[in-house]
Amino acid sequence: MQLIYEQSTPGRRGVKLPKTDVPAASALPESLLRKERAGLAEVSELDLVRHFTNLSRRNFSVDTNFYPLGSCTMKYNAKVLENAAALFAPFHPMTALLPGGEEFCQGTLGMLYDLGQLLADITGMDEVTTQPLAGAHGEMTGIMLVAAYHAAKGNKAKKKYVVVPDSSHGTNPASAAIAGYEIITVPTAPYGDMDLELFKKAMSDEVAAVMMTCPNTLGLFNPHIKEISDIAHSFDALMYYDGANLNAIMGKVKPGDIGFDVIHVNLHKTFGTPHGGGGPGSGPVGVKKALIPFLPQPRIVMDSAGKLLLETANPGTIGRTANFFGNFGVMAKAYAYIIMLGREGLIQVSEQAVLNANYIKEKLKGHYDLPYDMTCMHEVVFSASKQLEHGVHAIDIAKFLIDRGYHPPTVYFPMIVKEAIMIEPTETESKATMDAFIEVMIEAAQTAESNPQALHDAPLTMPISRLDETKAAREQNVCCAW
Amino acid sequence: MSMYFTKEHEWVKVAGTTGTVGISDHAAHELGDITFVELPKIGAVVKQFGELGSIESVKAASDIFSPLSGTVIKVNDALEIAPEVVNESAEDAAWMAQIEITDEAELKNLMTQEQYNDYLKTL
Repeated sequence: MQLIYEQSTPGRRGVKLPKTDVPAASALPESLLRKERAGLAEVSELDLVRHFTNLSRRNFSVDTNFYPLGSCTMKYNAKVLENAAALFAPFHPMTALLPGGEEFCQGTLGMLYDLGQLLADITGMDEVTTQPLAGAHGEMTGIMLVAAYHAAKGNKAKKKYVVVPDSSHGTNPASAAIAGYEIITVPTAPYGDMDLELFKKAMSDEVAAVMMTCPNTLGLFNPHIKEISDIAHSFDALMYYDGANLNAIMGKVKPGDIGFDVIHVNLHKTFGTPHGGGGPGSGPVGVKKALIPFLPQPRIVMDSAGKLLLETANPGTIGRTANFFGNFGVMAKAYAYIIMLGREGLIQVSEQAVLNANYIKEKLKGHYDLPYDMTCMHEVVFSASKQLEHGVHAIDIAKFLIDRGYHPPTVYFPMIVKEAIMIEPTETESKATMDAFIEVMIEAAQTAESNPQALHDAPLTMPISRLDETKAAREQNVCCAW
Repeated sequence: MSMYFTKEHEWVKVAGTTGTVGISDHAAHELGDITFVELPKIGAVVKQFGELGSIESVKAASDIFSPLSGTVIKVNDALEIAPEVVNESAEDAAWMAQIEITDEAELKNLMTQEQYNDYLKTL
């Protein structure tokens, strides 16, 4: 396929504008003018439409194929949610921020307020800010709230550490480090969760927070989570819940009920909005009462008459964390998703997601090593260690799956599992889709024994063959080739 | 010159009061193709089993821990430009830092080559 620049023909154009019949605006200073042409491709509108349509057909998406990327919850994003977001398109976010502007924005502010209330109900928190723009941004906001809480108690200098398990998402320790904390990492016990005894040893008055993902990145729900919360609280350390895996527990457990004080939620995972290249994310943060004074501003509050107002003058706030009100369109979709499914529907989502993951686990565990062999939640982590005996790595199986029309599962994460293959089917896949995937995974395991080279050569059906990831990482020279 | 290992797969070669530190062949092999090595600053004071630097491969990013307490006196800058040396010669050319050892008694917390080989068999 040619680059759009390679299709350029001098003089060809997509749009021809009429000559201006009004005086040109005052010219820009000479120093700001281009010395040479911008070098854009000269193509017709049809050339352009064909080029990008053909390019888009090479894209892989959940709308075209099964996408069992572990820890990412790549569920189907219902198209009706796009319509819900479009309803809000005429409104300008600045209106609410003008003096007296709230008066004209009771509907839009109401959507944000209600979404916050619904998320607070689902997670067992007292209040939710919808400002953060994505999961990691939510983490950063959450940890800043933790820091503000300790600082307000005069413990800023004393609270130096944040404790994470070694199975945590890399963003957890990263967010805590950016907020100025040192990280204590606790190893995983043979039962697949943070080692309780080692955790107890790691705890002290100097720990500001414990960051947990529950179920964790092995897809396992920590049976000691309440005890961990109690121990943390006994040292005045706050419990942070990474909401990446919330899809597993909706309507079953509220993180607030098992001792968590702060949570971020990935709307683009659990609540059915597109993510990655498909659209921006959104990472609302929920908190318990003690942290409300520190929430970002403007905070949407309801007065006694039921009118929504913006609170903008709270001295305790960590400040604004996003322009306007965050990624509003994403929130409109998530709001519609929650309303559409309702309480019963969300419970069913989690039950089906967990059932699907366990189905895949049972069907594949004879073919792949299952390092933590127990009932999983919404995702299952295998190891390609059996295949490694034939020289086949997790990456080779991933590439083979691409040839068969599947997005590879997450590989090499969590890092505590050698040659990890992390599969998350989500609730939106049928048994037939999963059966077809299982068959291909079994074929990959058999091919690893009979013809390992075939897996090393994959993918063969794609526009480009196996990429040299090492070279790409070592020689980071990105430049225009035309 | 004696060589000692940590459970986290770092090695240290001790000559007098100087320790030369790197990661083991086993670790380099497990990490796969190394793409980036972050070295400590000269003058940095490190604790035994405390963070010394970090290393990235196509699969993972990992911390490098110091086998002994001391002060960093020299670093192997060449690894920043040519991280592949770690895959080619982890226990020799790809040394990462030299430290002035502050407490030789800490050696008792490390494994000898023989003990490390036995340890690898248990993994």
